[in-house]
Amino acid sequence: MTDVTILTENKKPGGGSKEVLLNLGPQHPSTHGVLRLVLEMKGEIVSRIDPFIGYLHRGTEKLAEDFTYTQIFPLTDRLDYVCPPSNNLGYAMAVEKLLGIEAPIRAQYIRVMMAELARISGHLLITGALPMDLGAMTVLLYTMREREMVMDLLEMISGVRMHTSFCRVGGVREDLPEGFTERVAEFCKVFPQRIADYERLIAKNRVFLKRTKDVGVISPELAIDMGLSGPNLRASGVDWDIRRDSPYEIYDRLDFNVIVRDGGDCYGRWDCRMEEMRESTRIIEQCMRDMPEGPFQVDLPQVAFPVDKELLQRSMETQIHHFELSAYGFKVPKGEVYVAIEAPKGELGYYIISDGSEKPFRMKVRAPSFVNLQALLGGATNMNYLADVIAMLGSLDPVLAEVDK
Amino acid sequence: MHQKIGERFDGRVLDGGAPDGMQTFLVEPDLIVEVCRFLKEDPELRFDFLADVCGVDHYPEENRFEVVYHLYSIPFIMRARLKCRAGDPPKVPTVTGVWRTANWHERETYDMYGIQFDGHPDLRRIYMWEEFEGFPMRKDFPLKGYKDAYNPFGEDIDAGGRDD
Repeated sequence: MTDVTILTENKKPGGGSKEVLLNLGPQHPSTHGVLRLVLEMKGEIVSRIDPFIGYLHRGTEKLAEDFTYTQIFPLTDRLDYVCPPSNNLGYAMAVEKLLGIEAPIRAQYIRVMMAELARISGHLLITGALPMDLGAMTVLLYTMREREMVMDLLEMISGVRMHTSFCRVGGVREDLPEGFTERVAEFCKVFPQRIADYERLIAKNRVFLKRTKDVGVISPELAIDMGLSGPNLRASGVDWDIRRDSPYEIYDRLDFNVIVRDGGDCYGRWDCRMEEMRESTRIIEQCMRDMPEGPFQVDLPQVAFPVDKELLQRSMETQIHHFELSAYGFKVPKGEVYVAIEAPKGELGYYIISDGSEKPFRMKVRAPSFVNLQALLGGATNMNYLADVIAMLGSLDPVLAEVDK
Repeated sequence: MHQKIGERFDGRVLDGGAPDGMQTFLVEPDLIVEVCRFLKEDPELRFDFLADVCGVDHYPEENRFEVVYHLYSIPFIMRARLKCRAGDPPKVPTVTGVWRTANWHERETYDMYGIQFDGHPDLRRIYMWEEFEGFPMRKDFPLKGYKDAYNPFGEDIDAGGRDD
């Protein structure tokens, strides 16, 4: 209400060129969480944006210094809460690298498949929410319907819809449940048609195109300089995907395309995500097809609970390990590691320094949304009006929980 | 890479080995901008992407604060790490002139550790509010925080060894 009064007051004769400060958020539906933007405006033209973040700051990194390595998994879930499995994956890989172990192949397949499901889940949210921010409500209802299917699949695997915490250091928590293969196959069969449906619904919508095409254009040089990564960078024409360029887990065995768009505008970022969902579906299909039988966890009693629970009754040694692991956690050798994965939002990096104890000495999360949000600070061309800022913000796809850590 | 750096900086940049397969260099604060610009602009390295800047608190060591930079070269697909021990009081020149993305990273590091970045265009707190006192990621800052009107369960200020 107050904002409106300021604007109308400004229309008085002689006041037309005065700058006004407009406060957008922290509680505003199009800020995708609790983000506050202070906009310097001349009429409806935005001359400067000053983002204020930190409303969701929970001190993940500080907490991690007081948690054992296994206890940190639920913390990573809550970074990018739209796609937790990929956060888990990055963290598990970092600790495994410090320990010098590798998860069994079957576990890697399960993790990659879950990370791709998460990517679909994250992209579905934003490809639906961007049109909704711009006034097209319908798409979100449909994308949410499919997102529910992904949630059901994740629930089937882990028992939880959102905060799965399914990865463990050295593997995953359990094997895939019975009947899962069929459910995934069913999903992979219907989903590409549904993507085509969304595109028929919105991709050629004139209003949507007017609001997003050639709006908020980020040049490749600026995108790299600003540290953008993931779909936001690829939509600016930079061909870089960690999954392909420095493959981790089993990505080198998979066949998928890296989607690159050269517009660098809001539409390009939206479209890039649409295509990526198709590729993710292909990856999931390949994972389910090629997944070998075998253990889902390393056979290392100091790090992982025994798979055969019967052993706990019979073997004293197993019991001791089990007790030590649940009471104190496991020790990680001294060292430091930086592991980056291609999360749905971009490069998700974990920098962990270990001092040889059960808890990390320092854990730094390189949160992609945090960096991507910086693109608002300036440099993007054709982003003049308040309405363009909304489109820009939506297309950058920040998840504020990850921005604020 | 370390050959090139060795030639260019003549032993003033120390080789920190590759503890996790990532080339690490130990750089003095007054050289950091020069080293960064060299790594970014050298045609055979081209570290054009600054992935991350973060602070580390090596309490209770002398000169406890360290700033760690993670670089990535998109054309040549390789990573490097720079480590910079800040003196006392902790002060490091900003690299925002080399990569614009350093802006928020350095603000975060300042907010969490109180490391000053000389020449930063806009060094304010980013996560904590402006009136907040102390730097929460420091090792001597209690996990529960300090007791005040908003935090009745925090530790007593007099009991803790607060030094700022």
